[in-house]
Amino acid sequence: MIVRILGGGQFRVDDSAGAELNRMDSDLEAAVERGDEAAFSDALTRLLAQVRAQGSPLPPDILESSDLILPHEDSSMDEVRKLLTDEGLIPG
Amino acid sequence: MYMKGTAARMGVMKRVSLVFKAKANRALDKMEDPRETLDYSYQRQLELLTKVRRGVADVATSRKRVELQMNQLQQQANKLQDQARKALSMGREDLAREALTRKASAQSQLDELQTQYAQLQAEEEKLTVASQRLQAKVDAFRTRKETIKATYTAAEAQTRINEAFSGISEEMGDVGMAIQRAEDKTAQMQARAGAIDELMASGALDDVGGRRDDIQSELDMMSANSDVERELAMLKGELTAGAPKQLEGSAPNGAGQGAQGYQAPQQNQASQQDQAPQQDQQQGPYAPQYSPPSQTEPVQPPQQNQQNQQNQQAQPAGLPVADLPGLADEPQDGDRS
Repeated sequence: MIVRILGGGQFRVDDSAGAELNRMDSDLEAAVERGDEAAFSDALTRLLAQVRAQGSPLPPDILESSDLILPHEDSSMDEVRKLLTDEGLIPG
Repeated sequence: MYMKGTAARMGVMKRVSLVFKAKANRALDKMEDPRETLDYSYQRQLELLTKVRRGVADVATSRKRVELQMNQLQQQANKLQDQARKALSMGREDLAREALTRKASAQSQLDELQTQYAQLQAEEEKLTVASQRLQAKVDAFRTRKETIKATYTAAEAQTRINEAFSGISEEMGDVGMAIQRAEDKTAQMQARAGAIDELMASGALDDVGGRRDDIQSELDMMSANSDVERELAMLKGELTAGAPKQLEGSAPNGAGQGAQGYQAPQQNQASQQDQAPQQDQQQGPYAPQYSPPSQTEPVQPPQQNQQNQQNQQAQPAGLPVADLPGLADEPQDGDRS
């Protein structure tokens, strides 16, 4: 599957890594729902590191949409919330 | 309830990707002719490429401005450090303190700028990479566009157009957000740079080479004064041979000598008790205001015991602010009387 890190390009990640990514993503989402900024930042950092460790960068001239999209490194929780509401953050 | 549960299980990654896809689909739905989509999208890609390159240039400009400002602040901090050292060597701890206070202020501005400068630099790099990635995708899209147009009928092309469009649309959304972030950072940076410019103009951080540099002007004045003193001393030296009496009366450092010299004419038949407060008066310009209390108060009894003791006690009581300028005024007082 293809995972994009916003501002960091796309990665091809083996499907077998999906379960672990999903588990980490649940932590991230729980932190957003609790409004726990520290836990959010921690979960995001670990998730991004995992994608980079497991995946290989996709060449930039490949036109494929991603299966999963992750917020960029130093996103705030507020930014991620806006990202999830489909308003404001993605231009055009 | 069910929707919320589904969303929760879906996780952030999936939801964000769906948001991006929804956006692409809405754009696709607006197009009546699929081929029109290709050209329209390509135009938008080129516009975005221009925009992201301009963004890189803007961030670079902003970064250079901050660089200049950081240099300026560093120079000021160095200069203030020198001024503090010079002031201290001239015995002006108050000036040295002021210089160091301003230096600390300049330094803290500098520290904050450095942090933001690093962020700006990172943003510039990210945007540069984003621009290169978008360029690669736009090139790929153009190739794909020509192939689709040449090979497929409008109906056949639909699926492939959707794929290409979704692929590039995600990148465009990503780059668009990166540009927005960089613009925000640049705006923050410019606001800060503007505030620091104002701070520097106000003289609070000591304007480099500016006219409002009060610390420097005071130091200069002190240097000039010491030159004057040196010349004065030289002139006095020249006069010593011809008029030794005059020298005695106007020697700035001969406080003890001078005081006794004036006392005689001021108080011809002074008793020993009266002498003590008068010496106080001559210690500084404020002495006359303080002399009545020192004459009436319990300072008097010990005066009768021993004159040396009287002087020691009377000085702090009658003259709390005796300082160097006060001593320097003595000869003038003497000249007047």
